[in-house]
Amino acid sequence: MSGFPILSLMLAVPAIAAIACLFVGDKMARWVALGATLATFVLGCILWANFDIGGAQWQFQELHEGIFGRFNYALGIDGMALMLIMLSVFLMPLCILASWESIKSRVGLYMSMFLVMEVVMIGVFMAQDLLLFYIFFEAGLIPMYFIIGIWGGANRKYAAYKFFLYTLLGSVLMLIAMIAMIAEAGTTSIPVLLNYDFPVQMQTWLWLAFFASLAVKMPMWPVHTWLPDAHVQAPTAGSMILAGVLLKLGAYGFIRFMMPMFPDASGQLMWVVFGLSMIAVVYTSLVALVQSDMKKLIAYSSVAHMAIVTAGLFAFNQQGIEGALIIMLSHGVVSAALFFCVGVIYDRLHTREIDRYGGLAVNMPAYALFFMLFTMASIGLPGTSGFVGEFLSLAGIYEASSWVAFVCTTGIILGAAYMLYLYRRVVFGELTKDDVKAMPDLNPREWAVLAPLAAVALWMGVYPESFLAPMRGDVTTVVARLAPAKPAGDAHLAAGKPKAAEAHHGEAHHAGGVQ
Amino acid sequence: MTADLMLIWPELILTIGGLITLMLGTFLGDRQVGIYQLSALLTLAAATAAVVALFGVQTSVFSGTLSVDNFGGFAKLLIYAASFVSILIAPRFFTSGMRAEYPALILFATLGMGIMASSRDLMTLYVGLELNSLAAYVLASFMRNDDRSSEAGLKYFILGALASGMLLYGISLLYGFSGTTDFTGIAKAMGGELNIGLIFGIVFVLAGLGFKISAVPFHMWTPDVYEGAPTPVTTFFASAPKVAAMAMMTRVVIEAMGPAVGAWQQIIIFLALASIILGAVGAIGQKNIKRLLAYSSINNVGFMLVGLAAGTQQGVEAVLTYLLVYVVTTLGAFLVVLQLRDAEGNQIESIPALAGLSQRRPGIAAAMTVFLFSLAGIPPLFGFWPKYLVFEAAVNANLVPLAVAGIVASVIGAFYYISIIKTMYFDDKSDTEIPAGGGVIAEDAVITASALWLSVIGYLFIPVLAVISASAAAVLF
Repeated sequence: MSGFPILSLMLAVPAIAAIACLFVGDKMARWVALGATLATFVLGCILWANFDIGGAQWQFQELHEGIFGRFNYALGIDGMALMLIMLSVFLMPLCILASWESIKSRVGLYMSMFLVMEVVMIGVFMAQDLLLFYIFFEAGLIPMYFIIGIWGGANRKYAAYKFFLYTLLGSVLMLIAMIAMIAEAGTTSIPVLLNYDFPVQMQTWLWLAFFASLAVKMPMWPVHTWLPDAHVQAPTAGSMILAGVLLKLGAYGFIRFMMPMFPDASGQLMWVVFGLSMIAVVYTSLVALVQSDMKKLIAYSSVAHMAIVTAGLFAFNQQGIEGALIIMLSHGVVSAALFFCVGVIYDRLHTREIDRYGGLAVNMPAYALFFMLFTMASIGLPGTSGFVGEFLSLAGIYEASSWVAFVCTTGIILGAAYMLYLYRRVVFGELTKDDVKAMPDLNPREWAVLAPLAAVALWMGVYPESFLAPMRGDVTTVVARLAPAKPAGDAHLAAGKPKAAEAHHGEAHHAGGVQ
Repeated sequence: MTADLMLIWPELILTIGGLITLMLGTFLGDRQVGIYQLSALLTLAAATAAVVALFGVQTSVFSGTLSVDNFGGFAKLLIYAASFVSILIAPRFFTSGMRAEYPALILFATLGMGIMASSRDLMTLYVGLELNSLAAYVLASFMRNDDRSSEAGLKYFILGALASGMLLYGISLLYGFSGTTDFTGIAKAMGGELNIGLIFGIVFVLAGLGFKISAVPFHMWTPDVYEGAPTPVTTFFASAPKVAAMAMMTRVVIEAMGPAVGAWQQIIIFLALASIILGAVGAIGQKNIKRLLAYSSINNVGFMLVGLAAGTQQGVEAVLTYLLVYVVTTLGAFLVVLQLRDAEGNQIESIPALAGLSQRRPGIAAAMTVFLFSLAGIPPLFGFWPKYLVFEAAVNANLVPLAVAGIVASVIGAFYYISIIKTMYFDDKSDTEIPAGGGVIAEDAVITASALWLSVIGYLFIPVLAVISASAAAVLF
């Protein structure tokens, strides 16, 4: 496998298909898009299968110096990037399937935009050059602008503007910080910059500039307001990809850039992140409770989940960061599934008002089952993916600050409240409305979207080691890098004193292990 | 003397070619559009070849009044290319027949601009500037039966004359206090103690030059002239003279005023920020696409000035790269505007009429989208790269607050660019029919080529661009 440019191939397949989609008919465009995304998914599986867990930090590296002059075409992945790439390529075919029937106008352009989106997203995770990263990072604005603006709901134009300008305003400050970093370190290579020690004074400014950008992408309170608008107006698949992958770009930027590159500033400004995260968890959960629009409710719940991610990342310990990463993956799958669940009934009744539904358990039992599973996963029921991430990250946060852990944990309780309340109003209750009675249960296409999502949510909940193993080494590296800057936590954890085991028994066991 | 003449072949070719074109028009009458268009295009091609042949030569001619160097060469290549396109697109616009004066005037203006870009003496500079301006005033009012066109010409003339007056006053002050009009001599005088006369001279010269590049607060003429002038002329105004004036300003600032950084840097910074912000804010309410592109050009000049404010070689390289990308984008955008005609063949200039263009003319709409996102500097389009370079130059010259202010203001600019895209893609179809076809292959080719270049392909040219712009910028330091 070594030497074969599989990462470039993964970028090329959707890129070529994106161009092709513009020139073929509607029906053909759907198949081209599905074929290309499935092919990319297969490539992603090959990538995962060949990834050497515990091997070199950066694998599958490709470096072409000089073709862009000042910066390089440098690709490469570590475990974290691998997992997020897998998330992207897994969700993309499902997004295409989700819009198979609901998108009727300008299908070629739509499919093309989604494929561009895929290129951009996996490009962000693959880039090993600061400027290449920025180009991919920003390029995502263009297809999303079109997706929201052309195929969105009634207020789509406003939402598209808000999404574009909000995120652009954040990003440009990061560009200035990148210019300063390149001038200081004299290189654009991310692996080199990861180990470069910037002056402490400078770190603070760089950290703030990156924070301005990534907090908007994340989104963190109080710059989250673009998200509910964008989600509500976007078409179903647009919401899926927005919640599934785009929201992860912010957190990815935190762990890839801010924490290892500016460890001192991260340590000093930890309280900013904790403070905003605590507010976000409680505030957005409460806001979610009173929503009457299903998509808005899930959008606010995303903000709350992302706040636990940021708090977990800034716990600066193995558990917290691993947990945050698992929440990212879990939320990517679960929120995409929830948005699809909303899309399923929206396609039938063309409204997102919670009150217009009720009693779906009677006439849509399969749908009710899936919706239940994802609701539970969102709450964090043991056995689902949500539990693993939330437990790990909260344990990590507790080690850093028990108060932050206390406030963040209320988010889980509130999360249970708004999700169960949503579920009760939509699925349970009397089936009285005539148009709701007429709604048919899932069709095979919808099964095909929901079944893989459900399988992954359960897999991640029952055996998270598959997902944690590739990332463990990278998290250890980040934790080691942060160690000198880590403030003392208030938990003062001490190892317990287990009963002394019988000596010869332990030796025998050890010897057995060696054989 | 004869040796000097051998070094100004591009100028000689343009002079002779311009005269021949004029003669052809006189003797053949206005019917033979093809012949004098061809003669003008051949002239420009020959002049381009002459510039290429002289590339690498670095000397000054005619007692140091005119410089032959890569910096001038780079600017001239851009100017000639822009003029070439402006002549190429004209016959289709002037449906009643393009008169021979049009290509001839463009050639004379081009000649003046070449002199602007390579003069090393304030007097030559002024001669070049006026040669260009006089031709430009006539071009602006070229459709003499059209009220808007006549108004544009008059407005341009009056305000241009005012600016020339200010420039001349500044030149006289600089001459009076330094005793010379030669850039090297002025730089020597600037190296010492700056007296009030020199400072006033700097201010007036920069004000006069600011008018030519339409930097805020000397920009008022731009939207009116761009709107009123015939579209091929607007295409010309938005591209070639911008290059010439920017090159001239760079040369004056770096070569003549170089030692007095403290005196001019703050002026340039003000011009830059004012242009970026006002260019962006002013564009928001515009309903006419040509006016909007006028504000966009003001906005872009602001970004170029950020690079110039750095005052370093890196900054000048950034300005040159910016000019190249800007010219390609602007030409493309105006060519798209030229393609927009309703069923009766009238030009469509109103932005609301573009509603739903993506469904009527997907190719044109897509190309326009590329140009607009590129002007806004959104990666992965190539318009991002020159913006990156100017900000990098500013940051490396310790002008971080300028860079931050400029880049934040660029978001305001993004708003109106994406609002046109909104009109073309999100809005329902307007009543205005925009039938396809009638396009000349050459126009389509230019649009396609520039759109492709500005999409990802442009990044592959960065190494070449870096070498060329570095060799051009090095001349000034």
